Amino acid sequence: MPAQPAQLKKSNSAHPPQTRSSHGLEQFFSSIQGQENLSLLDFSGASQANVSFITSLGHKIYSNDVLRTMEEAFGGPGDFVAHQSDPERAARFLHESLDFPDLTFDGALLWDTLQFLAPPLLEEAVDRLHRILRPQSSLLAFFHAEEKTDSAPLYTYRIVESKIMSLTPRGERRPAHYFNNRSLEKLFQKFASVKFFLTRDHLREVIVRR
Amino acid sequence: MWNKRKEEEYPPKSAATPPAPANQAKETAPMSTTPAPSHHPSESRGPAIIGKSVMIKGQIFSREDLTIDGEIDGSVELHEHRLTVGPNGKLQAGVKAREVVVLGTIHGNVEAADKIDIRKDARLVGDIKTARIVIEDGAYFKGSIDIARPETGKASGAPSSKPAATSSTTTVNSAAAGTPVSASGD
Repeated sequence: MPAQPAQLKKSNSAHPPQTRSSHGLEQFFSSIQGQENLSLLDFSGASQANVSFITSLGHKIYSNDVLRTMEEAFGGPGDFVAHQSDPERAARFLHESLDFPDLTFDGALLWDTLQFLAPPLLEEAVDRLHRILRPQSSLLAFFHAEEKTDSAPLYTYRIVESKIMSLTPRGERRPAHYFNNRSLEKLFQKFASVKFFLTRDHLREVIVRR
Repeated sequence: MWNKRKEEEYPPKSAATPPAPANQAKETAPMSTTPAPSHHPSESRGPAIIGKSVMIKGQIFSREDLTIDGEIDGSVELHEHRLTVGPNGKLQAGVKAREVVVLGTIHGNVEAADKIDIRKDARLVGDIKTARIVIEDGAYFKGSIDIARPETGKASGAPSSKPAATSSTTTVNSAAAGTPVSASGD
């Protein structure tokens, strides 16, 4: 794990949102096609785009800006990653972001949030996701694929269509851990299957089946 | 002769009597602490307002539009009307209304039969059940959103055809006092 402290760098407001296609997003919505009244978890924070898209499909959405929750739990003076080892801070983060009854959700859009969590908090979060997701449901997560990087861009992800998303820059942060396919398979070993898509901008899109 | 003069000085009351004093209590409504409204049916009245220096613990029921810019701890119900939570408004309360506009803060579940509008800089933590939702960029929301189709054939928010002489009321039940307190809207 890199030794340099992880710092949140504010975004440059001159960078406009990007729009791009996503195989992972397409797979996610394909997996729930034809179903209604599902409960979907969205970690990007409530936006008109995501709420409208998901509710127009007849589903219920639970929104939480988990990057903001992370910042509130682990930000401030000191190292962001080191703060995750503090049991109180970790418990507060899990309570604010993943405190749900078992088998609550039929899908989860985690976007790029998991890559900023360090072990053992990361494993605890994945374990909770396994409990709160119903069998056969899918989760979508993004991981930065470059091994040696000081920072990864943070985005607010908005759904434009079932396979197109808009990314609005909101800063930069060093990922807590580098993830390759093997480490991701190990991370999600409790789940039924893990599928990867590698994009041209060094992003690993992961679809995990509960 | 003395009595007759007295009658001339103080004629019996006729139909054209001056309006009752503002502090005369009505038969059915408790004493109001706000000035009596002027009854002009042709004038449109704005919403009732709870100002930013007001803090209420208890239940609020309203039969008119209501703007809250103060602090509420309890519940707020305006089934056929609009609730606006002003920029200084802080609700630790469950809310039920026809329409809800949030510029301040709500911690609690919200049921808006028609629409909920969460403005920039607003903060809402709780579950929402509504027919339509608008979330501005910059608004903070945490919770679930359940879009419920409105019932057909139900007249929601239809204007009343009754004359405005019957004043609409906002009732506040104070948990501390245990006594209803009415505040008539303007």
